[in-house]
Amino acid sequence: MRSVLKKSGELALLVVVFLAVVGPMASLVIWSVAQKWYWPNLLPQEISFDYWRQALGLQTSMAIGAVSIVSAFLLSLGIALATVVASMAISIPAGYALAKYKIPFGTAIMFLFLLPNAFPQQPVFVNILRIFTKAGLAGTIPGVMLIHILVGLVFGVWITSATFRAIPPSLEEAARSVGASAFVAFYRIALPLAAPGLLSSAVFVFLTSLDEFTGTFFVGLPFVNTLPLTLYSSSGYNLQFASVIALILLVPSVVFMLLIQKVLKAEYVGGMG
Amino acid sequence: MSELVLKDLEIRYGKVTALDRLNLSIKDGELVTLLGPSGCGKTTTLRAVSGFLAPQGGDIFIGGRRITDIPPEKRGIGLVFQNYALWPHMTVFKNLAFGLEMRKIPAEEIKRRVAAVLASVQLSEYADRLPRQLSGGQQQRIALARAIVLEPDILLLDEPLSNLDALLREQMRFEIAAIHDRLGITTMYVTHDQTEAMVISDRIVIMRKGLVMQDGPPEEIYRRPANKFVAGFMGTTSFVPGAVVGVEGERCEIETAEGLRLVGLGSGLKLGDRACAAVRPEAVLLGKRGAEEPEGRGANRFEAVVQRSNFTGELVDYQLKVGSCFLRAKEPETRKVHGCGERVELRISAERLPIVADADAEPRAV
Repeated sequence: MRSVLKKSGELALLVVVFLAVVGPMASLVIWSVAQKWYWPNLLPQEISFDYWRQALGLQTSMAIGAVSIVSAFLLSLGIALATVVASMAISIPAGYALAKYKIPFGTAIMFLFLLPNAFPQQPVFVNILRIFTKAGLAGTIPGVMLIHILVGLVFGVWITSATFRAIPPSLEEAARSVGASAFVAFYRIALPLAAPGLLSSAVFVFLTSLDEFTGTFFVGLPFVNTLPLTLYSSSGYNLQFASVIALILLVPSVVFMLLIQKVLKAEYVGGMG
Repeated sequence: MSELVLKDLEIRYGKVTALDRLNLSIKDGELVTLLGPSGCGKTTTLRAVSGFLAPQGGDIFIGGRRITDIPPEKRGIGLVFQNYALWPHMTVFKNLAFGLEMRKIPAEEIKRRVAAVLASVQLSEYADRLPRQLSGGQQQRIALARAIVLEPDILLLDEPLSNLDALLREQMRFEIAAIHDRLGITTMYVTHDQTEAMVISDRIVIMRKGLVMQDGPPEEIYRRPANKFVAGFMGTTSFVPGAVVGVEGERCEIETAEGLRLVGLGSGLKLGDRACAAVRPEAVLLGKRGAEEPEGRGANRFEAVVQRSNFTGELVDYQLKVGSCFLRAKEPETRKVHGCGERVELRISAERLPIVADADAEPRAV
């Protein structure tokens, strides 16, 4: 009797969790194909993939309020990838140095990277816009990228330095003692051991850039129109189109989460403990 | 020849002096242990020799070559770490091959040399395992193998056995000593475990607060401690304080405040000096009162009362009271076991009773 109660309790919990996770996404899926959906119907009366076709640029009808988001998607993807490359190029050496060496004001430097995220974003970006306008960076892709790097560096540097700090110094010293230079010890020992942490930090930066709205809004508009900007500008009046964009934005996140999970399960990570 | 010589080595961390003009030399093929409590400078010395710590003063020579400013990878030193420091992402074979690859040795020869070293530590069948698939003792042996596969001039071991359980530690002591005897590499061994140091060393250097307290073969360190610190560090020692009342060559007699007289061996003491007899539990013999004296002339004899008597298996551990001072004694269980409260006579041979100055471990320059 008890076990039956326990089992049904577990089942109920499972259903609740399932609904909490899948429910909102299911709603997005339904909305994205709802051609006609009026109260009091539980499900759309008419289903069509017009919004998807329109969004993916497979048709261009003026009848429904949706435009092709292909270019915005590619732009977002491109900016995100470039942001990752630039951020990691800064984060790996900076994180390594902060983790392994006694750097004057090391803690202060760490907080410096946190600073852009420690204040309300709007005033920060309004100020940056003034500076960028003077520098000719406002409304340009490099300008937007700089903003994304600024926001993403906190994940980059913090996660990277924590990763390097977790690697015992004796591992690299052992490599030095058998004849490896400081660089070879880093490249052959520290870097491969840090790879899972570096990858998750890169994914964080990527997803942050892909989703970044506020800074892009101030610095990028009207010339740089990323996917989140398209989403926000359409969400007020066109729930179908907004749902399509939201689902497309989910794709890279899910792909990367699966990738991380796979890498973090890789065999040698277990040996780091 | 690969003699290791440290000359006036000086290392400070901020205002703290970790090494105060340390002079030490390890002869070719010798195994010398740096022994001392934590913070005594033994690990600092090892890190300076390995090249990960730059000294503020002094020099380090290997085989006459000055290496003070040479980076760690060019010193030709093999290192074994306390936590083994095997590379978790590489197999045992790759761990051993890494250093050989750095020296651009041909793949065939690498295979041959790694196989030979693995065989010498009896782990040939583990070449394709990852370090975490090995037990602590096996990882330890691989760490040692990784250091010796390069045939270094100097081998440095930093508390290599302290992460192992007691039984394995005892076994590994002999194994390391055997490998050292076979290869004859000049070795510096750092530990805080005095038994380990006794078993393994040709010579022991006892350190405290960056200074050498005594430097000598294990037996000499044990039998003739240079000061109170060394006497106290080598095993459980009860100190009986008194004043020197007689000096005759190496023989020295002290008298306690209660008038108890003890004869032992000591050097550098003058009449009237404050001194301590360092009573080792294993030097104390118990017997019935008035029994025959087995130790011959000069043995110290006292009456004592057994306060506690603990049977520990091979030994019986006694706490004894002589006048107002407490002494420990350990006797084999094959001898008569005395009970609590029993009056006994205890004897300590003068040959086995070091007398040291009762200063707070006066540093002795070596």
